[in-house]
Amino acid sequence: MRKVGKQSIVFDNVYLKSSSAVVGPLEMQGPLAKYFDAHYDNLYCEKQNWEQAEMQLFTDALDIALVKGNLTPDEIDLIFAGDLNNQITVANYSLRDYSIPYVGVYGACSTSTLSLINGACLLDGGFGRYIMCATSSHNATSERQFRYPTEYGGQKPDSITFTVTGAGAGILTRQITDVRLTKATVGTVVDSGTTDSLDMGRSMAPAALQTLKAHLEDFQEDLNSFDLILTGDLSTYGAKTLKELAREFKIELGNNYHDCGMLVYDLDNQPVFAGGSGCACAAVVMYGYVVKQMLAGRLNKVLIIATGALLNPIMVAQKETIPGIAHAVVLERVK
Amino acid sequence: MEKQIYQKVLNNTKVKRPVVKNSLQAFLVGGIIALLGQALLDFYQLVVNLEEKVATSLMSITLVFLASLLTGLGIYDRIGQFAGAGSIIPITGFSNSMTSAALESKSEGIVLGIMTNMFKLAGAVIVAGIVSAFFSATLIYLFSR
Amino acid sequence: MNWVDYLMAFLVGGLICLIAQILLDCFRLLPVHLVVLFVIVGSFLEILKIYDWLIKIGRAGALVPISSFGHSLTHAALLESEKIGYLGILTGVFDLTAGGIASAILFAFIIALVFKPKG
Repeated sequence: MRKVGKQSIVFDNVYLKSSSAVVGPLEMQGPLAKYFDAHYDNLYCEKQNWEQAEMQLFTDALDIALVKGNLTPDEIDLIFAGDLNNQITVANYSLRDYSIPYVGVYGACSTSTLSLINGACLLDGGFGRYIMCATSSHNATSERQFRYPTEYGGQKPDSITFTVTGAGAGILTRQITDVRLTKATVGTVVDSGTTDSLDMGRSMAPAALQTLKAHLEDFQEDLNSFDLILTGDLSTYGAKTLKELAREFKIELGNNYHDCGMLVYDLDNQPVFAGGSGCACAAVVMYGYVVKQMLAGRLNKVLIIATGALLNPIMVAQKETIPGIAHAVVLERVK
Repeated sequence: MEKQIYQKVLNNTKVKRPVVKNSLQAFLVGGIIALLGQALLDFYQLVVNLEEKVATSLMSITLVFLASLLTGLGIYDRIGQFAGAGSIIPITGFSNSMTSAALESKSEGIVLGIMTNMFKLAGAVIVAGIVSAFFSATLIYLFSR
Repeated sequence: MNWVDYLMAFLVGGLICLIAQILLDCFRLLPVHLVVLFVIVGSFLEILKIYDWLIKIGRAGALVPISSFGHSLTHAALLESEKIGYLGILTGVFDLTAGGIASAILFAFIIALVFKPKG
């Protein structure tokens, strides 16, 4: 492992041993249903309140990843995890039942790749044999923390993104498997200049661009070398904005560019406004769809740029502009 | 330098709102709720034979109850998404804001949850009402002297 | 009870909401900004005696929107001040709206006890 260019890292021996994607009802009714490992038909996930529901999704993701990797919790050397709740509550409380050394991370909706980058660095640096990376999000917990009570009758504009209810986990190892984590780019905080918390997709576009640009420059990489370039949750308007922003810097995002928030839902038929968002958005698309497609030989090299809006309701009320961040990883199929 | 480019593009790609559609929907629902209010007012005054002040109060109370119930049933938020201001501006919006806030905090129990959080959204209305009533009333009071 | 009352109620009530929606969308305000604005406007219109006129022509159409809340608060404050002097503004302000507020609190509490949020 070594630093490349300004913000990037190349890994020598980091592979994905197993992964999991667990989702809620709306995601299961979306186009990627067959790529998820488990789901719940109800937002409560058979629990008593929203926070417990998200914890259920989180622990399910951990358990399924362990089973798929033929591992017990004792064999996991360390876990990097986080979520959207204040004090990353869901990760903290879920891990009460697991005695795995834990490092909590917060990257808002970029937590999935943030945790992978951290895990890969530690692993490639020689720490342990198996490192787990996990994250979750839940539509109701994030609505109630960042916006309004779920039964409030306020009108949501079309620009709003819809938090994905789900969780995803990945287990990294130095042993060779079919999916390899080859490179990463750590994002910097990029000020969107916008103050509208109802327009989050677009506010993360500058951060996504900065990380994309940095990745391409650091590795002298060509856009077309990737089968697929995915942003985390820019959704309809954010993705459009990113394409325009990229054009200003002579980067033409073509047909190999998609956004997880636009893939995870059927935008025409589901009441999800501009598309998906939340930590689980990038996580379930990456750990579910991308990994399964790679294992099936249909994808070879994917750049995943998970994006996060690092906002806080108090700061928004203080009229501060919203800072964004984007962390990128490259997954490659081992031939 | 880059920041200026970000600003330029973000300003150019602002998401448009369907103002005409939203306004007509607001007009429709706001009008219907007013119709309901008028029907209640007439019922209380003409059928139950209450005096105007009491009938008006009872009309408000009835609308508050209906909005509260619809909020609990999970229906009001759907009406709100369609109606926008049409369901926020009538007194039903006030009731919904209180009920939804109380309902959401149910998991924190009765005291720390329901009771503490009930005025989270509606508090602003009451404060604004009292403060502006104080100033308006003072002005009128002074001018009438 | 005549149909003109109902027509006017529909028109006035709808119009107030339409104006609110235009402000909401054109000025990118939040719902809470809107209701605060309308309550204040309802209160201030009492100074010009306009809201009483609006109630006369719109009946429920002017009584149902939250602007009537501002009007009622001001009206009640004035009524009491006519009886007992300036202090009446504070002691009487809730007289007309007490029913609405008390019932909102009561019903919010009961509904929150009985139901669960659906998300």
